[in-house]
Amino acid sequence: MDEGLRSELSKQGVFTTTLQELYNWGRSNSVWPLNFGLACCAIEMIAASMARFDISRFGSEVFRPSPRQADLMIVAGTVTKKMAPLVVRLYNQMPAPKYVIAMGACAISGGPFKQGYNVLKGIDRYLPVDVHIPGCPPRPEALLHALITLQEKMRGEPLAGPAPARHADPAAPGEYPVPAYGPYDLTPAKNEELWRPAPLPRGE
Amino acid sequence: MDSPEQIKARVEAALPGVQLELRLNPAVPAESSLVVAPAHAVAVARFLRDDPALRLDYCSNVTGVDWLDATVKEKVKTRRLVAGEEQEVEETIERKRPGYLEVVYHLYSVALRHGPVVLRQRTRNRFEAVQVASLTPVWRSCEFQEREVFDLFGVVFHGHPDLRRILMWDQFQDFPMRKDYVEPDDYEYEPTPHDEILDKARRHYPTGGTA
Repeated sequence: MDEGLRSELSKQGVFTTTLQELYNWGRSNSVWPLNFGLACCAIEMIAASMARFDISRFGSEVFRPSPRQADLMIVAGTVTKKMAPLVVRLYNQMPAPKYVIAMGACAISGGPFKQGYNVLKGIDRYLPVDVHIPGCPPRPEALLHALITLQEKMRGEPLAGPAPARHADPAAPGEYPVPAYGPYDLTPAKNEELWRPAPLPRGE
Repeated sequence: MDSPEQIKARVEAALPGVQLELRLNPAVPAESSLVVAPAHAVAVARFLRDDPALRLDYCSNVTGVDWLDATVKEKVKTRRLVAGEEQEVEETIERKRPGYLEVVYHLYSVALRHGPVVLRQRTRNRFEAVQVASLTPVWRSCEFQEREVFDLFGVVFHGHPDLRRILMWDQFQDFPMRKDYVEPDDYEYEPTPHDEILDKARRHYPTGGTA
């Protein structure tokens, strides 16, 4: 609908909407996170869900203990190479539409353990991350900000057309390959379709 | 509590023929330790736990140490003829010491409120003779920690009830805490590399990896 006509109608007391907006409004205000934590960031996630920060103001207080009922995976903490296949498997078990927030330095890059032999250098090697939160650990406000950012992204997602939302795109994968435990490292060490090394700022 | 020398004498009196060596620590903490041969470790551990004057009922910590092959320099005094007369001369002898793995136990007594007594076991080498005796039958708290030493150092504990990897996955083949461990070559760009990370950065980005 034309934006000008819509504004004119709303002045006359006629509220118009589209099915897409209504649908996105509804689901963006009831994002149910998966109830799991991997390290100290999970403590901040718990704090965000309690009375002081109160994530229920944004409709996300319903932490689900089962991936089948969750819409959002908050990867809160260090993802070790031993844990990474299980995290990917949990993501695969979630029904679409589903989203991922990588919370904290470890989940987005490996953090202080980046050069270690047993820590994944960021969950975005295996999963499509929607919002990255830096911090070690991030404050609960940062998690709330990430949730609001995610809600804005969800509200802007078209359900049809040339570039639809991931869950509405038949070509977009709903599951990602689970890495296998190898003799020295995970195989493959990263999902090449999802993640490529960032270009160097200068040099090379 | 008895001094380490007294403990050693008591153990040797109670268990004749036991191979026990006292390693004095000349550093400030002066925490001396008892090195026991793996064949006698369980008997010595049982004695330390059950002896009424020691009652070391709590094993707080099990850890591993990796000793690589090394050349040890020792000063030895010998008598020899120097310029026609016999004199005492100090000589430095270099000796090759083969590497070994070591397991260190820290024992305390909760009942008598003393400790620690440090007990150590050594393997014969770092490759195939890496067996020591498990002390899990004596102290239950050793179970997970011995598994951790097995996982990260590759020490095989004979008599352990459930010797599996505990931190790394079961298919993992190396021992990450050994000094000659080579980690996977998966360096990624980072803005401020330093020390050994800087060497890695230069290997991976020879022309401009250091921003």
